Parts: sequence; C-alpha cells; structure tokens
Amino acid sequence: MTQKRQSETKMVPVPSHSIVPERDVDKRPVLETRHLGIEFGGLKAVEDFNLTIGATEIAGLIGPNGAGKTTVFNLLTKVYQPTNGVVILDGKDTAGMNAAQASKLGIARTFQNIRLFGNMTVEDNVRIGLHNQIRYNTASGILRLPSYWKQEKAQHQKSLELLSIFDMQDMADVQAGSLPYGAQRRLEIVRALATNPKLLLLDEPAAGMNPHETEELMENIIKIRDQFQIAIMLIEHDMNLVMGICEGICVLNYGRIIAKGTASEIQSNPTVIEAYLGKRKED
Amino acid sequence: MSRAKKNFINNLITYGMVVVAFLICQLALSGSIDGFKMSRSLKGQLVPICVYIVMAVSLNLTVGISGELSLGHAGFMSVGAFSGIIMSTWLAARFNMNNEVVRLIISLFTGGIFAGIAGVLIGIPVLRLRGDYLAIVTLAFGEIIRNVLNCLYFSIDEGRLHMSFLDPMLPGKMIYNGPAGATGVDKISTFGMGFALILFTLFVVLNLINSRSGRAIMAIRDARVAAESVGINVPKYKMMAFVISAALAGMAGALYGLNISSVTAAKFKFDTSILVLVFVVLGGIGNIRGSVIAAALLTVLPEVLRAFSDYRMLVYAIVLIVVMLASNSPFIATRIATLKSKIIRKNQTKEGNPA
Repeated sequence: MTQKRQSETKMVPVPSHSIVPERDVDKRPVLETRHLGIEFGGLKAVEDFNLTIGATEIAGLIGPNGAGKTTVFNLLTKVYQPTNGVVILDGKDTAGMNAAQASKLGIARTFQNIRLFGNMTVEDNVRIGLHNQIRYNTASGILRLPSYWKQEKAQHQKSLELLSIFDMQDMADVQAGSLPYGAQRRLEIVRALATNPKLLLLDEPAAGMNPHETEELMENIIKIRDQFQIAIMLIEHDMNLVMGICEGICVLNYGRIIAKGTASEIQSNPTVIEAYLGKRKED
Repeated sequence: MSRAKKNFINNLITYGMVVVAFLICQLALSGSIDGFKMSRSLKGQLVPICVYIVMAVSLNLTVGISGELSLGHAGFMSVGAFSGIIMSTWLAARFNMNNEVVRLIISLFTGGIFAGIAGVLIGIPVLRLRGDYLAIVTLAFGEIIRNVLNCLYFSIDEGRLHMSFLDPMLPGKMIYNGPAGATGVDKISTFGMGFALILFTLFVVLNLINSRSGRAIMAIRDARVAAESVGINVPKYKMMAFVISAALAGMAGALYGLNISSVTAAKFKFDTSILVLVFVVLGGIGNIRGSVIAAALLTVLPEVLRAFSDYRMLVYAIVLIVVMLASNSPFIATRIATLKSKIIRKNQTKEGNPA
C-alpha cells in the first residue's frame, strides 16, 4: 500500500539558486527556506522566499521600506506561522513550532524597535537570555537548594562574560530601560547571544547610531561571528555596513526576492537599482 | 554580588517587619505592659489581617509580577476556605484528631491544593486572553465558583464524606449546606498560624521572584515577544504564576474559614476580590512589602475608625484617596528621597568618624 503510494509520487524540480560561502559548503547550512510565504487576508506580504545561509555566513537582507524584511524575520523565528513553504533550521523542519521552540533549535534575534525587559537590570536581561542554557527547576529556586546557588553563580559569571563582548560588564546593575540607545541595541545582541544560537538575526542593528558607532558595530559583528562560529543575518539600511561585512546579500521588494549575490553583484544589479532609485526615464 | 546582597537585605527587611509586628501584637495580647493592651475588636481582627496580607501578596504575584489583572481572587479564597473546613471536620470525625495545630496545617495545605487545582482549570482558558478580557473573564469565574459552591452539599456520616450537587438530602451531619454555608465550624485558626502562613507566603513569593522562573515570569510581563524569542515557554510560566497565586489564596481562605463558626459563599463576593486588589494597588503593584503594609493598615483602619461611627467608610475612602495621591505625587517622592539620602549620609559620616 505504502509502496504503491510512493510510486505514484510525481517528482518536480526544485529551484535552488542558493549560494553560501565556500568555507561552509561542506557543512550543513544553518538555515534553509523553501517557497516561504505568508498572506495577511489575501495580501501576500512575503512570497516564494528561498534562501540558504551557510554555517558561518554573514548574510544581509535589504530592500526598500515595506518590502517585508521584518516579516521574513518573524517567519524565521516563528512569531508568524507561514502560509506556504518551510523553514529548516539546522536541518530540522520548524513546521508547527512556536517562537520558544525555534529558539531552542538555535535561532535568536534582536528587534527593530528595541524590546528589552526595561524594568530589570542589564544583568537580569542577559540572565533571561540564559534561561535555557543554565537551568534549575522552580522548586529548587523557591527552596534555595544547592543547585540554585550553583546555577545562579554560573549565570552571573556567564552573563558578565557575555557582557564583556561589548565592554558592558560595568553596567550590569543598571536598569536596562535607562541605558542610552546604542547600549540598549548592544544589550539586545548580548541577550540574543546568551541563548547560544547557531543563527543570529539582527533587525537594523545600526539604526540610530553615528558613523563611529556603526564602524565599531561592524567590527563587533565580525568578532562575534569569529568567536562563536555562528551565522549572522542582518537587516540594515546603512549600505556601508551591509556592503562592508555581508558576504551573501538578498534583496527583497514587494515581498519577493529580486536579487541574490555578493556585495559587488548587488551594487551593479539593474533590478536592485531600479527598486531603490526608480526606473531611468527613457529619452 | 552586590545585587544579590541588596535583594537579600530587602527581603530581610520584609521578613523582619512582619516578625516585629507579630512580637508587638503578642506583647499587646499578653497585656504585660500597663496601658498597652489590645481592644477586643482589634483582637478579632488579628487573623483576618493575616488572611488579607496573604491574599494581597498572592494577588500581587498575578497582578504585579505576572502582569495579569485578575478580578476573581476571592473565588480561589472560597475554594480554599471550604475545602479546608471539610478537611478539618473530616479529620476530626474520622481520625479523632485532637491536635489542632496539625489539623490546621493539613487543612491549610488542602485548601491550597484545591485552590491550586481550581487555578489550573480556570487558568487554561483564561490565560489565553490578554488585558481587559482576562480581567473580565476572571471576574466571571470568581462569580461562577461562588454560584457553584451555593449548589454543593457535603455531609459526614460515621467518618464518611458524602457530597451532592443540588440535592440537600444527605445522611449524617451536614458540614456544608449549600447557600446556608458551613456552620458549626471548629474555630482552630490562630494568630500564630496566620503569622506562619504570612512567612510561608513571603518565602515562596520572594524566592520565586529572585529565581530563574521568577525572572521568566517578569520577562513575559515586560516584553512577551522578546521573552518568547529567547526560548521562554510563555504559557507554562504564566500558568505557574497564576496557580501559585491561587494556591496561596486558597491557604489564606482556609485560615479565614476556620476562624469563624459559620461561613457562606456570599462572603467571597466580587467586593472581596476588589478589596484585595485595592491593597495591592495601594501598596504598589509589584511591591510585595507594600502589599503587606497596605493590607495590614487597611484591614485595621475600619476598626480604628469605629469612633467615627456612621462616617467611618467615608473617612476610609478619604484615607484611600489621600494615600493614593501622596504615593503618586512627585513632590512627596522627592521629599522622601532626600530624607533617605540624608539618613544614609548621616550613617556614612558616623562610620567615617568612629569617635
């Protein structure tokens, strides 16, 4: 019975235009999407989104405002459930998972409009990021069993260690909501890193930063990739940053991918230029 | 670990405050100091004060820490009260248990467990909602619990428990008689046990807040999407806060039920839920120590205000408004802050000059 059904399966070719850095070619890609799409009441916000990200790639997702970039992030992190297609994280299909389960598979993100736990201290924010890394059960927390003290200490040390990536360990006791804007963005990255991700999604990490801070951020993104050996995908409008550090770049317009390639390929792509600057008037 | 130390000291102050208040009350009760005696009406208020403190602290766990406005807290209190009363009566009838302290402890935990179960059952549908909707549905559930309790009948016959729904014809001695409530309850609640229950509640709630689970609960309150994105199981932790809160309210209910000889479900109306919410809001949402103080003061206040006879509820309302205005006024807040820094500076200079 099963065999018969298998023989009836019609095989179709799958489009695979995906590119990954050469060093990652024999490793399992950290993310693969196939025909990913979502509709909001008939409006196709994202359509036929095919993308592969190598294990240590720094990828960029760019596009004009309203192109659906953040929607893609929400699909990848399972904040939204896709209406079409699949998201494969580190070789596992994420169908039917919620955001928390996707996080356990190794995807972490920051937000375009910062979402810190503002009433809590900087250290507590990172500790919450460590929620699934350093754990003990509720009962030993309430009864203050030895495992509580041991794990709390481990959490404290680990969070200071993570904060030191951005030299923020001195701010550990500051209330997160009262940090300056740039520091809040950095704290979001630290919190995401605390979940021990394989893929880190950064939604406009340089927004509101001055050129000097952006320069520093670029160095830090590369440093994070090298230190943790993870893939990073970022949405950004600052083209200096995108063209400077992104290896594979994907351009989105009206919910569809219009171009994929390296920085130089994207810069000379006529479709991309048209999407950003409009069509040249023919005379 | 300065932060952990700060937390520790803060918690110690809260415990210390309760212990000192208890000792003062004990002193006043013993009457060993002339002129320092407690009036009879105030004596009667001692256990209710403990009950309301536990209620306020447990509601603060839902409203302040978990950030869900629950208006049905009295419902859990009533479940705890009646299951506690039934347990206590059954223990006395079946095992001839004469040790009141053990019986009270078992009844308190029974009340807590049954209220916790009610919390799970109500939490499943309710915690899917947010904001105002959650408040409305918890309000409805509080009323549903009360109305269901009005239709329940329990009796005890030769150590056997009988239960029926809508049918009052049960063999043996009635323990809980539907709308007429529980009558002839053994009054085994004591002020000492109330004090112990407050410490237990504070221990559970304060330790929960400063732990992995507590941080997860507060993370969901502050930024739900971000909490999910770092892998926090949102339904689990919301449920945890709700059920612990319900169970503690159930224990408070059991203490309350075993303190008066006849209890009816009508005692746990919507008003009671709101009263406890007033304690929480007045003490500061999310501020556990504030809840303790507000609950104690506002439970005593109507008794103290008896001198104003007919006007006492009016004065009570005015006091509420004044405290609310004062605690939100930036003018007073800065005054308190400068006073605090002055005291700290004084202490520092004292330390600096040991002479």
